[in-house]
Amino acid sequence: MTQLFAQAGSGDLMVAQNIFWWIFAAITVIAAIRVVTTENIVHSALNLVIVLAGVAVQFIFLGSEFAAVTQVLVYIGAIVVLFLFGIMLTRGSLGEETLAQSERRGMGALVALMLFGVMAVSLIDGFEDVTLGEDTRNLIEVETWEREGTDAGDAFLTRGSDTAAIGDTIFEQYIVPFEAISVLLLAALIGAIVIARKE
Amino acid sequence: MSTSLLAVELAYWSETTLRVIGGLVAILLPAGGLVYVYLFKMMSFMQSRLGPMEAGPYGSMQLLAEVGKWLQKEDIVPAKADRQVFMLAPFVVLISTFLLILVLPFGPDAWFVDLDTGIYFAMAVSSVSVIGILMAGWGSSSKYSLLGGIRAAGQLIAYELPMVLAVLGVVIQAGTLNMNEIVFAQANGEIFGIDLIGNPYILTQFVGFALFMVAIQAELTQPPFDMPVAESELVAGYLTEYSGLRFLLFFIGEFATAGVFSGIAAVLFLGGWYVPGLAPEHDLYNVLGPLVLMGKIFLISGLIFWFRFTYPRFREDQLQRLAWKYLIPIALLNIVATGVLKVVF
Repeated sequence: MTQLFAQAGSGDLMVAQNIFWWIFAAITVIAAIRVVTTENIVHSALNLVIVLAGVAVQFIFLGSEFAAVTQVLVYIGAIVVLFLFGIMLTRGSLGEETLAQSERRGMGALVALMLFGVMAVSLIDGFEDVTLGEDTRNLIEVETWEREGTDAGDAFLTRGSDTAAIGDTIFEQYIVPFEAISVLLLAALIGAIVIARKE
Repeated sequence: MSTSLLAVELAYWSETTLRVIGGLVAILLPAGGLVYVYLFKMMSFMQSRLGPMEAGPYGSMQLLAEVGKWLQKEDIVPAKADRQVFMLAPFVVLISTFLLILVLPFGPDAWFVDLDTGIYFAMAVSSVSVIGILMAGWGSSSKYSLLGGIRAAGQLIAYELPMVLAVLGVVIQAGTLNMNEIVFAQANGEIFGIDLIGNPYILTQFVGFALFMVAIQAELTQPPFDMPVAESELVAGYLTEYSGLRFLLFFIGEFATAGVFSGIAAVLFLGGWYVPGLAPEHDLYNVLGPLVLMGKIFLISGLIFWFRFTYPRFREDQLQRLAWKYLIPIALLNIVATGVLKVVF
């Protein structure tokens, strides 16, 4: 955090970008708190939309356009819509719906703490020497991107296009894990249909 | 860049202001045009009547009269409604439309943002409007609104898949997600070595074009896919409780989104701002391009409204069957065929 303040003071980051970063970060955090404190389950889901949109904005600030768009398409466009759809199909619209919050508060705190620990460790481990404001895309370039001759490689190096780089990395280097995940998802999909149709 | 067009260096805030004004014009002009030309006039002629004739010459000021009327009406919020959600819903729908216009290119340098992920971004933000519709349906605390909202969500989820899959054919053929590069790919393309008209993808991706048109008809909840607002069953679906300004916002959103989606279809399948005979790198396109694109938008939305005024409404199960059993398998086959042909040629 001190590093961030130092960077902001030294003018390494663009001013407008810096201001908007703080605005969106504040909105995201407030909405995240409201997700877990509000009594109304639909309000909770709608606040989750703001949190996820805030995360997408942070991805854009990091220069990762593809991750930001995927965040919107998958989480806002599909997952939260399914949440809302499920809530509206199973609960009445009329009158206030209250959440029984207090029962599982301890378990929730434990899960949140564990998640925080895992993410903190992986972030610190992954970006050990990187300071804010540094172009982190160079890291990928050095580690996995050593094909300057290819079209996608040139596009990546000249325009900083991460979309082509992500595509090439997934379908060349990580093709086996990618296919494994695809099969796993398909199996889960079929399993869900079988369970739902049991009657 | 849009600033290079003006040949002056603008400050960040003035550039942003110009872009906001440009965005408003690019949203409202086609929306108003579509309402007047198609909803007021073409529908009337198809039904052997004249349509609005009183306000202005040939009824051309009718639009202003309508907007004035809606602005005067009281903004009613039902007593039992979830006030915040109810009042925010139309704005969420409009946000989706405004985000969509961002990636639409109007010329080689005339664009709002030149995103690398162009069409992918458009597909992503178009799904945000579902949340606005669900908010409207739930926030109204009315049975009709809730049913309409659920129908709308089910429909939009079902038709988003064929829409995205239909676009993939174009993306494979063009080899890029960037909207402007898709235009260039069509302008510089050739059909069997003849580059007379470039290669508009409506010729090679006709299946994709047909799927995309059906899918956006459903995404826009235009008849024959208007079960969410079916007036004979649900009063007006999720719009039932809205009045005044907020109804107007939904109405503008509907037609503005029709215009933007037509623009996206024009870019993907008709070559966007390009006209045959003028090299796509020419600077003239920055002035001519918006007009060309506007013409193509009216052409494609003409198709949308033609279907709207012609066909009766589907039943809910017919609609779902069409999407899942016919459109999606055809779209997947189209992708496989395009991929194979791309590798072969």
